[in-house]
Amino acid sequence: MRYDLVLRVVAKLLMPFILLFALYVQFHGDFGPGGGFQAGVILAAAVIFYGLIFGLTDARKLVPEPLVESMMAVGVLIYGGVGVAGLLLGGNYLDYFVLDPNPVLGQHRGIFWVEVGVATTVSGVMLKIFYMFADRGKVDE
Amino acid sequence: MAIAVVVIARSRNLFGVIVLGGIYSFLMATVLVAMDAVDVAMTEASVGAGISTVLFLGALYLCKSEEARPVHRPWLPLAVSMAVGAVLVYGTLGLPAFSDPQAPIHVHVVPRYLHQIKQEVDVPNVVTAVLASYRGYDTLGETTVVFTAGAGVIALLRRRRKDRKP
Repeated sequence: MRYDLVLRVVAKLLMPFILLFALYVQFHGDFGPGGGFQAGVILAAAVIFYGLIFGLTDARKLVPEPLVESMMAVGVLIYGGVGVAGLLLGGNYLDYFVLDPNPVLGQHRGIFWVEVGVATTVSGVMLKIFYMFADRGKVDE
Repeated sequence: MAIAVVVIARSRNLFGVIVLGGIYSFLMATVLVAMDAVDVAMTEASVGAGISTVLFLGALYLCKSEEARPVHRPWLPLAVSMAVGAVLVYGTLGLPAFSDPQAPIHVHVVPRYLHQIKQEVDVPNVVTAVLASYRGYDTLGETTVVFTAGAGVIALLRRRRKDRKP
């Protein structure tokens, strides 16, 4: 990777804001536009941005590949787990009303965990695809 | 947007095409904002303009940046796509008018969502509530599709790399 001072400094300045925005989109999704999918994409975009500027090796150090691969599966498992938790607490599959004594709070809790699952899977998959593509280039050279 | 499409179709410089594709996605996002679909606009801006542009650039890195001259005339594909476009436009004539309150989509389940949401879910963003709660199964399937797509990419690209090593 070429050494480019301006790009590196700006990237370092921007990274925390991108990550913060991803978290905002994730947790504010109930009140404004956004949600798990968009937050996952923004999270992945932050790491991809880092990878583009600092090189793939550094991005791999920041977010190692096994973590990315397990994120893909863990997200779906969280989502499915919310459904199973509903079953165990005596409701239907993906029934959020039983997750809390107060049904409305149960809904909030269910939506929260489901969104976490979606965000985890989406960012894992996006990052994995980016790693795969970027890696191909290196091998082919 | 029309200008962007025409230039994309005419241009042979793939880098320019990718950048124009990103611009097109951003314009599409603004159109979606104008139609009050903020969630979709956000997705379009981040996925369409952000991630896919980066992935296209990654693919461009693997190949030449000039498109090859076509070997035959594109009349047949042009005719086919014009015909499909005409059929789609004909199909839209049967749809209810834009923002017609009596359209079937507005009188079926939407009133229930809008009226019950305060007591049942109490989440101000109706899109999130419908996505994660009322249509939870659909979103579960969607997440599984994303997961499967990632697994497919891994399966396709990783074996390639192992084959090459020995």
